[in-house]
Amino acid sequence: MKEVPTIEALSQTLLEEFLLFDDWMDRYQHLIDLGKELEPLDESFRTDVYKISGCQSQVWLQPCSDGDNVWFKADSDAQITKGLIAILLRVINHHRAADVVTANLTFLEELELKEHLSPTRKNGLDAMIRQIRLHAAHIDAHGAA
Amino acid sequence: MPDVDLKLESVRSDFPALHQEVHGKPLVYFDNAATAHKPKAVINAIGKFYYQGNSNVHRGVHALSQAATDQFEAARRNIATFMGAQSPSEIIFTRGTTESINLVASSLGGSILRPGDEILVSEMEHHSNIVPWQLIASSMGATVKAIGVTDSGELDMESFRSLLSDKTRLVAVTHISNALGTINPVEEIISLAHQANVPVLLDGAQAIPHEPVDVFALDVDFYCFSSHKAFGPTGFGVLYGKEALLEMMPPYQGGGDMIDEVSFAGTTFNELPHKFEAGTPHIAGAIGLDAALAYINHVGYDWIGAREHELLNYATRALQSVPGLRIVGTAPDKAAVLSFVLGQNHPYDVGSILDQMGIAVRTGHHCTQPLMKRLGLPGTVRASLAFYNTKEEVDRLVVAVQKAGSMLS
Repeated sequence: MKEVPTIEALSQTLLEEFLLFDDWMDRYQHLIDLGKELEPLDESFRTDVYKISGCQSQVWLQPCSDGDNVWFKADSDAQITKGLIAILLRVINHHRAADVVTANLTFLEELELKEHLSPTRKNGLDAMIRQIRLHAAHIDAHGAA
Repeated sequence: MPDVDLKLESVRSDFPALHQEVHGKPLVYFDNAATAHKPKAVINAIGKFYYQGNSNVHRGVHALSQAATDQFEAARRNIATFMGAQSPSEIIFTRGTTESINLVASSLGGSILRPGDEILVSEMEHHSNIVPWQLIASSMGATVKAIGVTDSGELDMESFRSLLSDKTRLVAVTHISNALGTINPVEEIISLAHQANVPVLLDGAQAIPHEPVDVFALDVDFYCFSSHKAFGPTGFGVLYGKEALLEMMPPYQGGGDMIDEVSFAGTTFNELPHKFEAGTPHIAGAIGLDAALAYINHVGYDWIGAREHELLNYATRALQSVPGLRIVGTAPDKAAVLSFVLGQNHPYDVGSILDQMGIAVRTGHHCTQPLMKRLGLPGTVRASLAFYNTKEEVDRLVVAVQKAGSMLS
């Protein structure tokens, strides 16, 4: 089994990667490009059951687990939201459920993209983070279904 | 014309909030259909009331209360004159267009609707002019039917004629579409409805900021608008109703100010307009709106109309030159609203990039989900202009949209 760096380490790397860009345009372009590289979500999960409705954009989230570790696949109809999903999943995927429940995700606020991350922005991302934590907490308590 | 530019400059200097930077760029405010900025005259009138005049209305015997009541009721008279009402008692103060519509739905709908009756709205309505009718209809066994909308975003008058029947109890449509800017043929709608003895409510939230409205000339039965879209404060609005209709309608909410005499044997109600105004009203709201309408008169609807028309034509031509951009809503008679989609790009993505470039627009369904469904769109980007906007700002929008297009491709 390959060694996965900790959530903290991955957050730090991501933050450093974004801080290389000094203007918003490059930052956004990088975000959009990361969204394009996001592992595709199988069509069968783009349904209402897996949908997290935002007022502005939609997110579909497929939770996966092997009993100890959790990971997620997700998609959005908006490219910027998709980019945000990509950075979030890059940090939390393939970690122990308990670590995901308590993960410190404040790096998102330091990315200078924080206007997209407030609950009032309604792009579905805030609700997605809550959903991810809920799923991880369930796996942590009960193991994989 | 240099004199017009001088006036524009002077008008822009009346709006402090227009002069700021967003993300390090000068703000371009194109979200006027959501809410308009406030001129100093409005901000000062509200400030002055709280600094010096603050007192409750209608009840006090003391000088401040009398002065506040005088100012509050003067506002009502001015608003009545502004919109052509025959009497100040036809002007009910509410929290906004939404509450005005809810008031009529609950009070009139709750007293006249019978099972099988129908209320006609249209597919282009804001949710505020759909949901209140659905709520009252479902409790009374009535139904809400929607007049169709054409591909260009106009009301389908054939659909209206065919839906109007002896079951129709009320027609509630928007004067100007918030999502597309379409100006509806309200005279014709009112005339057809009245031929069938059906009263008409107009949602005028998008009309009052842009064009003169004369409820008497229109012969409309109810007219609603919000102060904050007309350069006044938030949390305040107006319901105009014909006196005879308002007289027959029961109170909407109970409380202070709306009563004549209260006893456990039975309570009697105050006269119009107070019958519909329970509780301490938004006094500063009335004073602020009064100042806003005086400001509109000062600038002049002729000038406002001419400027906005010119801006609309300029922006329409300029945006049409952007590759992949399609303007949604192409009615010949339109207010200065430009709803558009940019290729297959999500409106949220486009709007977010415009925001980074200092341009404030609205994205999404604009609280008109049935309209978006009818047009087959998840939403649009909406630039809604006001008389204080400039062609240079339109040019910046065009550059920013092109930039968004290249970043998202």
